[in-house]
Amino acid sequence: MRSPSPLRAAFRQALGEAWAGGAGVLLPIGFFAGAAMLVPFTVGSEASQLSSIGTGILWVALALASLVSMERVFQADLEDGVLELWAQEETPLFLVAAAKIIAHWLVSGLPLVLLTPPIGIALQVDAGALVPAMLAYGLGGLAFFLWGGVAGALAASVARGGLLISLLALPLFVPTAIFGALATIEGPGGPSLLFLSATTLFALSIAPFAASAALRLAVD
Amino acid sequence: MAENAATMNEFLIKAVGLGAIRGERVLFSDLSVEAKAGEALVLRGANGAGKSTLLRMLGGLSRPDAGTVERPVRHHWIGHRNGLKPHETPRAHLTHWGRVWGSTADAIEIASHMGIERPFDVAGRLLSAGQKRRTAIARLLLADRPLWLLDEPFSALDTQGKALVTSLIDRHRASGGAVITALHGEAPFEASGEVQL
Repeated sequence: MRSPSPLRAAFRQALGEAWAGGAGVLLPIGFFAGAAMLVPFTVGSEASQLSSIGTGILWVALALASLVSMERVFQADLEDGVLELWAQEETPLFLVAAAKIIAHWLVSGLPLVLLTPPIGIALQVDAGALVPAMLAYGLGGLAFFLWGGVAGALAASVARGGLLISLLALPLFVPTAIFGALATIEGPGGPSLLFLSATTLFALSIAPFAASAALRLAVD
Repeated sequence: MAENAATMNEFLIKAVGLGAIRGERVLFSDLSVEAKAGEALVLRGANGAGKSTLLRMLGGLSRPDAGTVERPVRHHWIGHRNGLKPHETPRAHLTHWGRVWGSTADAIEIASHMGIERPFDVAGRLLSAGQKRRTAIARLLLADRPLWLLDEPFSALDTQGKALVTSLIDRHRASGGAVITALHGEAPFEASGEVQL
Protein backbone atom coordinates (compact mmCIF):
# COMPACT_ATOMS: atom_id res chain seq x y z
CA MET A 1 0.00 0.00 0.00
CA ARG A 2 1.75 3.11 -1.24
CA SER A 3 -0.95 5.67 -0.60
CA PRO A 4 -4.03 5.70 1.57
CA SER A 5 -6.25 6.12 -1.49
CA PRO A 6 -7.79 2.62 -1.18
CA LEU A 7 -8.93 3.61 2.30
CA ARG A 8 -10.32 6.92 1.10
CA ALA A 9 -12.24 4.96 -1.53
CA ALA A 10 -13.56 2.54 1.09
CA PHE A 11 -14.62 5.45 3.26
CA ARG A 12 -16.32 7.17 0.34
CA GLN A 13 -18.13 3.98 -0.64
CA ALA A 14 -19.37 3.48 2.93
CA LEU A 15 -20.62 7.08 3.10
CA GLY A 16 -22.38 6.68 -0.23
CA GLU A 17 -24.03 3.48 0.91
CA ALA A 18 -25.21 5.00 4.19
CA TRP A 19 -26.77 7.92 2.33
CA ALA A 20 -28.26 5.77 -0.40
CA GLY A 21 -29.97 3.59 2.19
CA GLY A 22 -31.80 6.65 3.53
CA ALA A 23 -32.81 4.80 6.66
CA GLY A 24 -29.16 4.85 7.69
CA VAL A 25 -29.54 8.49 8.67
CA LEU A 26 -33.16 8.76 9.73
CA LEU A 27 -33.81 5.46 11.47
CA PRO A 28 -31.36 5.91 14.39
CA ILE A 29 -32.46 9.54 14.80
CA GLY A 30 -36.11 8.54 14.97
CA PHE A 31 -35.35 5.71 17.35
CA PHE A 32 -33.20 7.92 19.58
CA ALA A 33 -35.72 10.74 19.82
CA GLY A 34 -38.67 8.38 20.14
CA ALA A 35 -37.12 6.30 22.93
CA ALA A 36 -36.09 9.39 24.90
CA MET A 37 -39.44 11.11 24.51
CA LEU A 38 -41.29 8.05 25.77
CA VAL A 39 -39.68 8.41 29.19
CA PRO A 40 -41.75 11.35 30.52
CA PHE A 41 -44.88 9.36 29.70
CA THR A 42 -43.72 6.37 31.70
CA VAL A 43 -41.94 7.86 34.73
CA GLY A 44 -44.00 11.03 35.03
CA SER A 45 -43.29 14.55 33.87
CA GLU A 46 -42.22 16.03 37.21
CA ALA A 47 -39.31 18.36 36.46
CA SER A 48 -37.04 17.41 39.38
CA GLN A 49 -37.41 13.71 38.73
CA LEU A 50 -36.82 14.04 34.98
CA SER A 51 -33.79 16.27 35.35
CA SER A 52 -32.12 13.78 37.69
CA ILE A 53 -32.45 10.91 35.22
CA GLY A 54 -32.34 12.88 31.95
CA THR A 55 -28.64 12.43 31.12
CA GLY A 56 -28.87 8.73 31.92
CA ILE A 57 -31.89 8.34 29.65
CA LEU A 58 -29.89 9.94 26.85
CA TRP A 59 -27.10 7.39 27.36
CA VAL A 60 -29.52 4.46 27.18
CA ALA A 61 -31.21 5.90 24.09
CA LEU A 62 -27.82 6.54 22.47
CA ALA A 63 -26.63 2.99 23.18
CA LEU A 64 -29.76 1.43 21.70
CA ALA A 65 -29.99 3.80 18.74
CA SER A 66 -26.38 3.03 17.79
CA LEU A 67 -27.36 -0.57 17.08
CA VAL A 68 -30.46 0.14 15.00
CA SER A 69 -28.84 0.17 11.55
CA MET A 70 -25.75 -1.89 12.40
CA GLU A 71 -27.12 -5.07 10.86
CA ARG A 72 -26.63 -3.97 7.25
CA VAL A 73 -23.21 -2.35 7.52
CA PHE A 74 -21.23 -5.52 6.79
CA GLN A 75 -24.04 -7.85 5.76
CA ALA A 76 -24.72 -5.86 2.60
CA ASP A 77 -21.05 -6.08 1.62
CA LEU A 78 -21.08 -9.82 2.16
CA GLU A 79 -24.21 -10.30 0.05
CA ASP A 80 -23.03 -8.05 -2.78
CA GLY A 81 -19.66 -9.77 -3.03
CA VAL A 82 -17.87 -6.52 -2.19
CA LEU A 83 -16.35 -8.09 0.91
CA GLU A 84 -14.75 -10.79 -1.26
CA LEU A 85 -13.04 -8.09 -3.26
CA TRP A 86 -11.80 -6.21 -0.19
CA ALA A 87 -10.59 -9.42 1.43
CA GLN A 88 -8.25 -10.04 -1.54
CA GLU A 89 -6.76 -6.55 -1.56
CA GLU A 90 -3.35 -5.66 -0.18
CA THR A 91 -4.96 -2.98 1.97
CA PRO A 92 -5.31 -4.51 5.45
CA LEU A 93 -8.90 -5.53 6.07
CA PHE A 94 -8.89 -4.03 9.57
CA LEU A 95 -8.31 -0.59 8.08
CA VAL A 96 -11.19 -1.09 5.64
CA ALA A 97 -13.40 -2.25 8.53
CA ALA A 98 -12.38 0.80 10.57
CA ALA A 99 -13.10 3.12 7.64
CA LYS A 100 -16.54 1.60 7.22
CA ILE A 101 -17.40 1.86 10.92
CA ILE A 102 -16.20 5.46 11.15
CA ALA A 103 -18.18 6.39 8.03
CA HIS A 104 -21.25 4.75 9.52
CA TRP A 105 -20.70 6.67 12.75
CA LEU A 106 -20.40 9.96 10.85
CA VAL A 107 -23.70 9.40 9.07
CA SER A 108 -25.72 7.69 11.80
CA GLY A 109 -23.94 8.50 15.06
CA LEU A 110 -22.89 12.13 14.89
CA PRO A 111 -26.47 13.38 14.25
CA LEU A 112 -27.50 11.69 17.51
CA VAL A 113 -24.89 13.69 19.43
CA LEU A 114 -26.12 16.90 17.83
CA LEU A 115 -29.62 15.96 18.93
CA THR A 116 -28.76 15.51 22.62
CA PRO A 117 -29.20 19.20 23.62
CA PRO A 118 -32.79 19.63 22.35
CA ILE A 119 -33.88 16.28 23.74
CA GLY A 120 -32.04 16.99 26.99
CA ILE A 121 -33.92 20.27 27.35
CA ALA A 122 -37.18 18.44 26.81
CA LEU A 123 -36.12 16.11 29.64
CA GLN A 124 -35.50 19.13 31.95
CA VAL A 125 -31.73 18.61 32.02
CA ASP A 126 -29.81 21.75 33.02
CA ALA A 127 -29.27 23.52 29.70
CA GLY A 128 -25.80 24.79 30.64
CA ALA A 129 -24.50 21.26 31.15
CA LEU A 130 -25.79 19.89 27.86
CA VAL A 131 -23.33 21.44 25.45
CA PRO A 132 -20.23 20.26 27.38
CA ALA A 133 -21.93 16.86 27.72
CA MET A 134 -21.95 16.53 23.93
CA LEU A 135 -18.24 15.73 24.09
CA ALA A 136 -19.00 12.79 26.36
CA TYR A 137 -21.88 11.62 24.17
CA GLY A 138 -19.66 11.93 21.12
CA LEU A 139 -16.84 9.86 22.66
CA GLY A 140 -19.25 7.30 24.06
CA GLY A 141 -21.20 7.07 20.83
CA LEU A 142 -18.00 6.33 18.90
CA ALA A 143 -17.21 3.47 21.29
CA PHE A 144 -20.76 2.14 20.91
CA PHE A 145 -20.45 2.19 17.12
CA LEU A 146 -17.06 0.47 17.21
CA TRP A 147 -18.31 -2.40 19.39
CA GLY A 148 -21.51 -2.49 17.38
CA GLY A 149 -19.36 -2.82 14.26
CA VAL A 150 -17.62 -5.89 15.73
CA ALA A 151 -21.00 -7.42 16.50
CA GLY A 152 -22.25 -6.50 13.03
CA ALA A 153 -19.24 -8.19 11.46
CA LEU A 154 -19.78 -11.31 13.58
CA ALA A 155 -23.45 -11.41 12.60
CA ALA A 156 -22.83 -10.59 8.91
CA SER A 157 -23.54 -14.11 7.73
CA VAL A 158 -26.57 -14.58 10.02
CA ALA A 159 -29.91 -14.06 8.29
CA ARG A 160 -31.67 -12.07 11.03
CA GLY A 161 -28.65 -10.93 12.94
CA GLY A 162 -30.21 -7.94 14.72
CA LEU A 163 -30.85 -9.78 17.97
CA LEU A 164 -27.42 -11.41 17.87
CA ILE A 165 -25.85 -7.99 17.39
CA SER A 166 -27.60 -6.62 20.47
CA LEU A 167 -26.63 -9.65 22.57
CA LEU A 168 -23.00 -9.39 21.48
CA ALA A 169 -22.60 -5.63 21.66
CA LEU A 170 -24.55 -4.52 24.74
CA PRO A 171 -22.23 -6.18 27.30
CA LEU A 172 -19.29 -4.42 25.63
CA PHE A 173 -21.08 -1.10 26.11
CA VAL A 174 -21.03 -1.38 29.91
CA PRO A 175 -17.70 0.35 30.74
CA THR A 176 -18.45 3.17 28.32
CA ALA A 177 -21.95 3.58 29.74
CA ILE A 178 -20.67 3.69 33.35
CA PHE A 179 -17.95 6.29 32.75
CA GLY A 180 -20.08 8.18 30.24
CA ALA A 181 -22.94 8.61 32.71
CA LEU A 182 -20.49 9.68 35.43
CA ALA A 183 -18.79 12.11 33.06
CA THR A 184 -22.04 13.85 32.13
CA ILE A 185 -22.88 14.27 35.83
CA GLU A 186 -19.40 15.49 36.80
CA GLY A 187 -19.10 17.83 33.86
CA PRO A 188 -15.89 18.50 31.94
CA GLY A 189 -12.61 18.31 33.83
CA GLY A 190 -13.67 15.37 35.96
CA PRO A 191 -11.71 12.11 35.98
CA SER A 192 -14.61 10.14 34.48
CA LEU A 193 -14.22 11.91 31.14
CA LEU A 194 -10.66 10.57 30.99
CA PHE A 195 -11.86 7.06 31.79
CA LEU A 196 -14.57 7.46 29.14
CA SER A 197 -11.91 8.50 26.62
CA ALA A 198 -9.89 5.45 27.65
CA THR A 199 -12.81 3.12 26.89
CA THR A 200 -13.20 4.76 23.47
CA LEU A 201 -9.48 4.46 22.74
CA PHE A 202 -9.60 0.84 23.83
CA ALA A 203 -12.49 0.22 21.43
CA LEU A 204 -10.62 2.06 18.68
CA SER A 205 -7.56 -0.14 19.13
CA ILE A 206 -9.36 -3.49 19.43
CA ALA A 207 -12.56 -3.24 17.38
CA PRO A 208 -11.06 -2.93 13.86
CA PHE A 209 -8.97 -6.08 14.35
CA ALA A 210 -11.85 -8.01 15.88
CA ALA A 211 -14.18 -6.90 13.08
CA SER A 212 -11.71 -7.86 10.34
CA ALA A 213 -11.15 -11.30 11.92
CA ALA A 214 -14.93 -11.80 11.96
CA LEU A 215 -15.20 -10.66 8.34
CA ARG A 216 -12.49 -13.14 7.26
CA LEU A 217 -14.58 -15.89 8.82
CA ALA A 218 -17.74 -14.60 7.17
CA VAL A 219 -16.16 -14.48 3.72
CA ASP A 220 -14.58 -17.96 4.01
CA MET B 1 3.63 -5.54 -18.64
CA ALA B 2 7.13 -5.37 -17.16
CA GLU B 3 6.02 -7.57 -14.32
CA ASN B 4 4.75 -10.17 -16.77
CA ALA B 5 7.90 -10.20 -18.85
CA ALA B 6 10.05 -10.77 -15.79
CA THR B 7 8.01 -13.79 -14.78
CA MET B 8 7.60 -15.26 -18.25
CA ASN B 9 9.03 -18.65 -17.33
CA GLU B 10 7.90 -18.62 -13.77
CA PHE B 11 4.55 -19.64 -12.36
CA LEU B 12 1.99 -16.94 -11.63
CA ILE B 13 0.26 -19.22 -9.18
CA LYS B 14 1.25 -22.57 -7.75
CA ALA B 15 -0.83 -24.66 -5.40
CA VAL B 16 0.43 -27.95 -4.04
CA GLY B 17 -1.46 -30.72 -2.28
CA LEU B 18 -4.67 -28.76 -1.81
CA GLY B 19 -7.47 -30.39 0.11
CA ALA B 20 -10.94 -29.23 1.12
CA ILE B 21 -13.30 -30.66 3.71
CA ARG B 22 -16.95 -29.68 3.92
CA GLY B 23 -18.58 -30.99 7.06
CA GLU B 24 -17.45 -34.63 7.18
CA ARG B 25 -16.99 -34.99 3.44
CA VAL B 26 -13.73 -34.63 1.58
CA LEU B 27 -14.42 -32.41 -1.44
CA PHE B 28 -11.02 -32.94 -3.01
CA SER B 29 -7.57 -33.85 -1.82
CA ASP B 30 -3.97 -33.71 -3.00
CA LEU B 31 -4.79 -31.37 -5.82
CA SER B 32 -2.05 -29.37 -7.49
CA VAL B 33 -2.60 -26.39 -9.75
CA GLU B 34 0.02 -24.34 -11.54
CA ALA B 35 -0.42 -21.59 -14.08
CA LYS B 36 2.33 -19.89 -16.05
CA ALA B 37 2.19 -16.84 -18.29
CA GLY B 38 -0.11 -17.32 -21.27
CA GLU B 39 -1.92 -20.30 -19.78
CA ALA B 40 -5.64 -20.73 -19.22
CA LEU B 41 -6.78 -23.44 -16.83
CA VAL B 42 -10.36 -24.63 -16.64
CA LEU B 43 -11.70 -26.10 -13.42
CA ARG B 44 -14.17 -28.87 -14.21
CA GLY B 45 -16.58 -30.77 -12.03
CA ALA B 46 -20.22 -31.41 -11.26
CA ASN B 47 -22.28 -29.05 -9.13
CA GLY B 48 -20.95 -29.16 -5.58
CA ALA B 49 -17.67 -30.78 -6.61
CA GLY B 50 -15.75 -27.84 -5.18
CA LYS B 51 -14.84 -25.66 -8.18
CA SER B 52 -15.70 -22.43 -6.41
CA THR B 53 -14.09 -23.67 -3.21
CA LEU B 54 -10.86 -24.36 -5.07
CA LEU B 55 -10.98 -20.98 -6.77
CA ARG B 56 -11.55 -19.26 -3.42
CA MET B 57 -8.52 -21.06 -2.01
CA LEU B 58 -6.45 -19.93 -4.98
CA GLY B 59 -7.60 -16.36 -4.43
CA GLY B 60 -6.82 -16.45 -0.72
CA LEU B 61 -10.43 -16.14 0.44
CA SER B 62 -10.57 -19.58 2.03
CA ARG B 63 -7.81 -21.21 3.99
CA PRO B 64 -6.93 -24.60 2.47
CA ASP B 65 -7.63 -27.54 4.79
CA ALA B 66 -4.43 -29.05 3.39
CA GLY B 67 -1.68 -27.84 1.10
CA THR B 68 -0.27 -24.44 0.20
CA VAL B 69 -0.93 -21.72 -2.34
CA GLU B 70 1.85 -19.51 -3.67
CA ARG B 71 0.75 -16.42 -5.55
CA PRO B 72 3.69 -14.11 -6.27
CA VAL B 73 1.65 -11.71 -8.44
CA ARG B 74 -1.51 -9.69 -7.95
CA HIS B 75 -4.75 -11.07 -9.27
CA HIS B 76 -8.22 -10.05 -10.37
CA TRP B 77 -11.28 -11.78 -8.96
CA ILE B 78 -14.63 -12.21 -10.67
CA GLY B 79 -16.69 -14.21 -8.22
CA HIS B 80 -20.08 -15.77 -8.36
CA ARG B 81 -21.36 -12.43 -6.98
CA ASN B 82 -20.65 -9.36 -9.03
CA GLY B 83 -19.55 -6.98 -6.26
CA LEU B 84 -21.91 -4.32 -7.57
CA LYS B 85 -24.04 -2.58 -4.95
CA PRO B 86 -27.78 -2.03 -5.59
CA HIS B 87 -27.44 1.76 -5.55
CA GLU B 88 -24.14 1.80 -7.43
CA THR B 89 -24.05 2.71 -11.12
CA PRO B 90 -21.47 1.13 -13.44
CA ARG B 91 -19.78 4.55 -13.50
CA ALA B 92 -19.58 4.67 -9.70
CA HIS B 93 -18.43 1.05 -9.55
CA LEU B 94 -15.59 1.49 -12.01
CA THR B 95 -14.58 4.85 -10.51
CA HIS B 96 -14.54 3.33 -7.03
CA TRP B 97 -12.35 0.34 -7.88
CA GLY B 98 -10.24 2.54 -10.13
CA ARG B 99 -9.50 4.66 -7.07
CA VAL B 100 -8.78 1.64 -4.90
CA TRP B 101 -6.30 0.30 -7.44
CA GLY B 102 -4.84 3.67 -8.36
CA SER B 103 -5.97 3.12 -11.94
CA THR B 104 -5.49 5.73 -14.61
CA ALA B 105 -7.70 3.88 -17.11
CA ASP B 106 -10.63 5.76 -18.58
CA ALA B 107 -13.83 4.30 -17.13
CA ILE B 108 -15.93 5.56 -20.05
CA GLU B 109 -13.66 3.92 -22.59
CA ILE B 110 -13.80 0.63 -20.67
CA ALA B 111 -17.59 0.88 -20.45
CA SER B 112 -17.97 1.37 -24.18
CA HIS B 113 -15.64 -1.57 -24.80
CA MET B 114 -17.78 -3.71 -22.51
CA GLY B 115 -21.01 -2.47 -24.10
CA ILE B 116 -22.34 -0.87 -20.93
CA GLU B 117 -22.16 2.77 -22.00
CA ARG B 118 -25.95 2.98 -22.29
CA PRO B 119 -26.74 1.90 -18.69
CA PHE B 120 -23.57 3.65 -17.45
CA ASP B 121 -25.53 5.85 -15.03
CA VAL B 122 -28.24 3.38 -14.07
CA ALA B 123 -28.30 2.04 -10.51
CA GLY B 124 -27.19 -1.59 -10.10
CA ARG B 125 -30.57 -2.84 -8.93
CA LEU B 126 -32.13 -1.73 -12.23
CA LEU B 127 -29.55 -3.45 -14.44
CA SER B 128 -30.12 -6.79 -16.10
CA ALA B 129 -28.12 -9.79 -14.94
CA GLY B 130 -25.97 -9.57 -18.08
CA GLN B 131 -25.29 -5.86 -17.61
CA LYS B 132 -24.23 -6.49 -14.03
CA ARG B 133 -21.91 -9.26 -15.19
CA ARG B 134 -20.41 -7.00 -17.84
CA THR B 135 -19.84 -4.31 -15.19
CA ALA B 136 -18.03 -6.79 -12.96
CA ILE B 137 -15.89 -8.03 -15.85
CA ALA B 138 -15.07 -4.43 -16.76
CA ARG B 139 -13.00 -4.36 -13.54
CA LEU B 140 -10.46 -6.61 -15.27
CA LEU B 141 -9.59 -3.73 -17.58
CA LEU B 142 -9.13 -1.15 -14.80
CA ALA B 143 -5.78 -2.41 -13.60
CA ASP B 144 -3.17 -4.58 -15.24
CA ARG B 145 -2.88 -7.70 -13.09
CA PRO B 146 -1.18 -10.85 -14.40
CA LEU B 147 -3.53 -13.42 -12.91
CA TRP B 148 -7.30 -13.60 -13.43
CA LEU B 149 -9.44 -15.87 -11.27
CA LEU B 150 -12.90 -16.13 -12.80
CA ASP B 151 -15.86 -18.05 -11.41
CA GLU B 152 -18.30 -18.80 -14.26
CA PRO B 153 -17.41 -15.59 -16.12
CA PHE B 154 -19.84 -16.33 -18.97
CA SER B 155 -22.91 -16.72 -16.78
CA ALA B 156 -25.80 -14.41 -17.72
CA LEU B 157 -23.93 -13.10 -20.78
CA ASP B 158 -25.43 -13.08 -24.28
CA THR B 159 -23.58 -14.40 -27.35
CA GLN B 160 -21.91 -11.08 -27.98
CA GLY B 161 -20.91 -10.77 -24.33
CA LYS B 162 -19.39 -14.24 -24.36
CA ALA B 163 -17.39 -13.38 -27.47
CA LEU B 164 -16.24 -10.18 -25.79
CA VAL B 165 -15.03 -11.96 -22.65
CA THR B 166 -13.35 -14.63 -24.78
CA SER B 167 -11.45 -11.93 -26.64
CA LEU B 168 -10.43 -10.32 -23.33
CA ILE B 169 -9.10 -13.67 -22.11
CA ASP B 170 -7.21 -14.27 -25.37
CA ARG B 171 -5.69 -10.80 -25.27
CA HIS B 172 -4.72 -11.19 -21.62
CA ARG B 173 -2.96 -14.49 -22.35
CA ALA B 174 -1.20 -13.05 -25.39
CA SER B 175 0.24 -10.27 -23.23
CA GLY B 176 1.66 -12.74 -20.72
CA GLY B 177 -1.21 -13.16 -18.28
CA ALA B 178 -2.78 -16.31 -16.96
CA VAL B 179 -6.42 -17.19 -16.39
CA ILE B 180 -8.05 -19.77 -14.15
CA THR B 181 -11.78 -20.24 -14.64
CA ALA B 182 -14.43 -22.44 -13.10
CA LEU B 183 -16.67 -23.37 -16.01
CA HIS B 184 -19.72 -25.36 -16.98
CA GLY B 185 -19.99 -26.49 -20.57
CA GLU B 186 -17.61 -25.84 -23.41
CA ALA B 187 -14.81 -23.35 -22.94
CA PRO B 188 -15.06 -20.78 -25.78
CA PHE B 189 -11.30 -20.24 -25.58
CA GLU B 190 -8.51 -22.72 -26.09
CA ALA B 191 -7.73 -24.08 -22.64
CA SER B 192 -4.14 -25.04 -21.93
CA GLY B 193 -5.18 -27.46 -19.24
CA GLU B 194 -8.06 -28.75 -17.18
CA VAL B 195 -8.36 -29.55 -13.51
CA GLN B 196 -10.94 -32.27 -12.95
CA LEU B 197 -12.60 -32.27 -9.55
